Amino acid sequence: MRIELTDEQAMIRDMAREFAQEHIAPIAAEIDRDARFPHETVKRMGELGLLGIMVPEAWGGSGADTVSYVVALEEIARACASHAVIMSVNNSLYCDPVWKYGTDEQRARFLKPVAGGHALGCFALTEPEAGSDARNQHTVAVRDGDDYVITGRKLFISTGREASYALVFAQTDPARAHRGISAFVVEKNTPGFSVSKTEDKLGIRASDTAELVFDACRVPAANRIGDEGKGFHIALATLDGGRIGIAAQAVGIAVGAYERSVRYARERKAFGVPIGEHQMIGWMLADMATAIDGARLITLKAATLKDAGRPYTKEASMAKLFAAETAMKVATDAVQVHGGFGFIREAEVERHFRDAKITQIYEGTSQIQKLVIAREVLK
Amino acid sequence: MKIVVAVKQVPDTATQVKISGADPKAIDTAGITWIVSPYDEFAIEEALRIKEKRGQGEVVAVSLGPDRVKEALRSALAMGCDRAIHLNDPAWANADTLATAQALAAVIKQEQPALVLCGRQAIDDDMGAVGAQLAEVLDWPCASWIMDEAVDADAKTVRVGRQVEGGLEVFDIPLPAVLSAQKGLNEPRYPTLKGIMGAKKKEIKDVKPGDLGLTPGAPQLMVKKLEALPARPPGRIIQGEVKDAVKELVRALREDAKAI
Repeated sequence: MRIELTDEQAMIRDMAREFAQEHIAPIAAEIDRDARFPHETVKRMGELGLLGIMVPEAWGGSGADTVSYVVALEEIARACASHAVIMSVNNSLYCDPVWKYGTDEQRARFLKPVAGGHALGCFALTEPEAGSDARNQHTVAVRDGDDYVITGRKLFISTGREASYALVFAQTDPARAHRGISAFVVEKNTPGFSVSKTEDKLGIRASDTAELVFDACRVPAANRIGDEGKGFHIALATLDGGRIGIAAQAVGIAVGAYERSVRYARERKAFGVPIGEHQMIGWMLADMATAIDGARLITLKAATLKDAGRPYTKEASMAKLFAAETAMKVATDAVQVHGGFGFIREAEVERHFRDAKITQIYEGTSQIQKLVIAREVLK
Repeated sequence: MKIVVAVKQVPDTATQVKISGADPKAIDTAGITWIVSPYDEFAIEEALRIKEKRGQGEVVAVSLGPDRVKEALRSALAMGCDRAIHLNDPAWANADTLATAQALAAVIKQEQPALVLCGRQAIDDDMGAVGAQLAEVLDWPCASWIMDEAVDADAKTVRVGRQVEGGLEVFDIPLPAVLSAQKGLNEPRYPTLKGIMGAKKKEIKDVKPGDLGLTPGAPQLMVKKLEALPARPPGRIIQGEVKDAVKELVRALREDAKAI
């Protein structure tokens, strides 16, 4: 077994690290406080090829693999979890399915600009009554000649306000329940499609989480991705890949919190010695470092399986579960290592703590990941 | 217009340099992360900008050093250089700045570029000699520490601004010429993912002394020994009333430190 990045993967990680440390880390606290979408740095990420990593060059992407995606995403998240979710949604939840299930004509129209970073994409599955119970879709798409007419509401959609293209799931045959769900690309400014509100959140505050409303929104049949009724399959397969992205984001959040803790444990003195020399703090750092390495390795394993074209549903869920739980635990302990200072915004460690929480919730809660893993184990 | 950029691979700026236990003339290279010397990145960036501005041309990166130097050349290719040349031979293992300049000059004579760019110095040994020596061996004009450049439309001359105390010294220099880059010349780009993925497909040609008609002899400049800096003596805090402490401070500065 080899645990080593290729030259290209290492260069991609180094580039992402340098870019994130020089351009993203310095603004992370400010954009979090102001809940401001970082247009300028996201545009630069697009120019560097970070927004369409796994899409072939012919379709505007970078033509790299999932391992490259994971190592780059971890570096971005280490600096700022908001940038990381924007990157993850664009790569995993929009580009991946449009590439995989789209026709060449659809790829040219809906994938190329997004993979090249000229526009952003989002993934609209969640509804007021369809969170973990994602099958319970109430949004409908009624066929009318060469069009579909979409009506419904989508909730908590990451990048929902900023995206130019939304991959929307809707019932085309409600009688067939989840086998009647289909997927559509809806372009911004399509009449009947609007963003009704942007949420005020605990964490990942610089990323926009929006509610999308479809009021008799007319979309050409040519915008349907995959066959009628294949939407739910597309959504689940897409989320498998998305979970690898969120796992990488969670590892990055944990690393960011851990590194601040190590630095503080060296500098801060109590009882005459740096606090890291007190066993209780040293052990916390040891637990953080160990969990982070474990989370990173499972994430890379899931990515490696995906790159090899092998099944990875179970590993993606394991990676997402373990990395999210690690991020929350590490970020919680990181605040603890900082003591009272950790509770103060200025220390910035509380940002990792607030950002970590969402990784246990979105793209399948930790509880849903356990369901997926149990189902795979008992197969 | 063809441009050759001379680059050196050096330890990362965050490296804590230690003298090797086995060889007192060398540093301990275990665990070192190697990078392209930052001043050389300015040179690469400027070469790429000249090419992009003119809409045509070729940028060739050249480096002398052991196998690991391929990584630095790969970085140059990922940034956008078209191809690379690696001067890689045990005979160059102890090359001093003059031997390095002679080897580079031999390659440059073969390549016949209109312009050679390099960093003002490498950040490892800080010799800052290769650029000027290279120009001397080639018998080309040279401008060091440039902050600004403009190649004319016919690629016959280049106007450069050199950093001098309090301002820029501006020269028109006939091409071909050697220029060394100072910080502030530009902001080097990050390699894009496409650039990184494409670097693998670009050529890195291995060149031996024989290919250049050279037989490197013993270097004229030889390292006898490396010594670590002496440990800094601890500071001293003068206690007592301010009035007395100031008197003691002045006395200590005058008599002990002989600073005033």
